[in-house]
Amino acid sequence: MADKVLMKGNEALAEAAILAGCRHYFGYPITPQTEVAEYMAKKMPKIGGVFLQAESEIAAINMVIGAAAAGKRVMTSSSSPGVALKSEGLSYLAGCDLPALIVNVQRGGPGLGGIQPGQADYFHATRGAGHGDFHMIVTAPATVQEMIDLVGKSFDLADKYRMPAMLLADGTIGQMMEPVTLTENTSAPIEKPWAVTGYDGSRPRNVVNSLFIQPEDLENLVMERYARYAKIEAEEQMAEEYMTEDADIILVAYGVAARVCRNAIKAAREKGLKVGLIRPITLWPFPKKVMSAAAEKAKAFISVELSMGQMIEDIELAIRCRRPVLLCNRTGGMIPTPAEVLAKIDEAAKIGG
Amino acid sequence: MAECIDELGIQSKTIGIASVGCSVFSYNYFNCDMVQAAHGRAPAVATGVKRADPSKIVFTYQGDGDLAAIGTAETVHSAARGENITVIFVNNAIYGMTGGQMAPTTLPGQVTQTSPYGRDVQTVGYPVKVCEMLSQVDGAAYLERVAVNNVKNLMAAKKAIKKAFQNQIDGKGFSLVEVLSACPTYWSMTPEKALERVASEMIPYYPLGVYKDKYAEEGTK
Ligand SMILES: Cc1ncc(C[n+]2csc(CCOP(=O)(O)OP(=O)(O)O)c2C)c(N)n1
Repeated sequence: MADKVLMKGNEALAEAAILAGCRHYFGYPITPQTEVAEYMAKKMPKIGGVFLQAESEIAAINMVIGAAAAGKRVMTSSSSPGVALKSEGLSYLAGCDLPALIVNVQRGGPGLGGIQPGQADYFHATRGAGHGDFHMIVTAPATVQEMIDLVGKSFDLADKYRMPAMLLADGTIGQMMEPVTLTENTSAPIEKPWAVTGYDGSRPRNVVNSLFIQPEDLENLVMERYARYAKIEAEEQMAEEYMTEDADIILVAYGVAARVCRNAIKAAREKGLKVGLIRPITLWPFPKKVMSAAAEKAKAFISVELSMGQMIEDIELAIRCRRPVLLCNRTGGMIPTPAEVLAKIDEAAKIGG
Repeated sequence: MAECIDELGIQSKTIGIASVGCSVFSYNYFNCDMVQAAHGRAPAVATGVKRADPSKIVFTYQGDGDLAAIGTAETVHSAARGENITVIFVNNAIYGMTGGQMAPTTLPGQVTQTSPYGRDVQTVGYPVKVCEMLSQVDGAAYLERVAVNNVKNLMAAKKAIKKAFQNQIDGKGFSLVEVLSACPTYWSMTPEKALERVASEMIPYYPLGVYKDKYAEEGTK
């Protein structure tokens, strides 16, 4: 077992990417994720990797497309306004079936918003990351250790399913320091016979492309992609359950919001209220299975988020609206306090939770 | 800038475009109507405002990252269109707002958060010389580089800025004034030393002067 070291979330994720074999990083500075670029600027030249500061996020994501097409493990990172700019590129990654890691250390929005933590890019990440029919694998870390673990996991899933994966973090997790264990990613690199590595006649020519003039061809491709998505939905859902066993009220929260919930649950339990937490680790695929199973016993759900009620829609869909789902939220860079969550738990208890 | 606006008596019809950078709060400091643009897009927003009402005097106030990295396309194309706006370009050779990363104008060898071993031109290329580059763009009317490191240069800077506004009043088209300035915070220097660096390192790399004055060349219309 490797030693524990104290690391900042953003730096931990950068180191984790290197440990996962990523040697190509393209980015553009933006708070609160700039430490990723700064870390890569220091490390990559020392290990024969590539760090390049692009002139914009649009350029950065297109550099990612190029390196991914060449078969490399590649990533970019940014925060909300910058990730929005990458949208076009995200759609092209999906349309070209290219694996890559995109990190969004979210801040408050919309527009320039603020630089405090946010979760208001949930819809963008899980629904509207760009034009066209596509999904990205979206994971959400709640600890610095998970920043590390999900980086390796995201790279592997992206390669396995040939699609972009997004790590949807928030400013708190990016900026906070925690003791972590860094481990080498041991998964064997996946063959990428489709990569543009130079045509010498020994294999068919490789063309990385998202243009299909014949609608039948395009439809077939999208259908094929959605069959892959169905497999992912069946096999890759991830969530952590905390004190859900006997829970009447289930809190659902990811990232920093989940940390707040743990404190609220402790306080609620002391008052004799049976409250538990489901913490989605994959936001797409959304952990519908545990959510649906929990709805068999629980009487009410509360979506705790740093946004105006975005994830709540996925909870309602997952449980087919069989139970009431309340919203406990702050936005614009504000974080709900355990007391605010507790007040919402009391409200849920009153309506029969 | 504000003095020029007052002296020209144009405050009531001036619209400023704040960019993203340390200039982001310029909407708090200029006593005129302002629009806050997305990173790099100020010249495009200015174009929209100007085209919506050409009688307005429209300026942008942008840093080097904003104008010469993410906003290069907007900069070049607003110049190429001969957009009748005034662009004030603050070149401090660093990304200040985000904490001192390499800018497109960071000098060779300069250490920043994202060029921790000094800007290596072999791998990340050379600084962008905006006035020189835009002097090749036919649509640009007036380009001048000034500095604000001493009183003499400051007075010259004001003259250039005033001219850039006067050009717009006269309908002469795209005017840009590049202002070499210090960033003591992220150059990790005292303000005094930082001003010295402007003279000893910035000005030699970015020579001051008029890079283009279309109407001086052609005679005023
Ligand atoms: C799309 C987008 N990407 C990145 C940022 C983060 N950001 C804010 S200011 C800035 C750079 C500012 O540098 P510069 O233009 O040189 O101005 P200075 O701060 O030095 O005055 C960046 C990258 C942002 N706000 N929006």
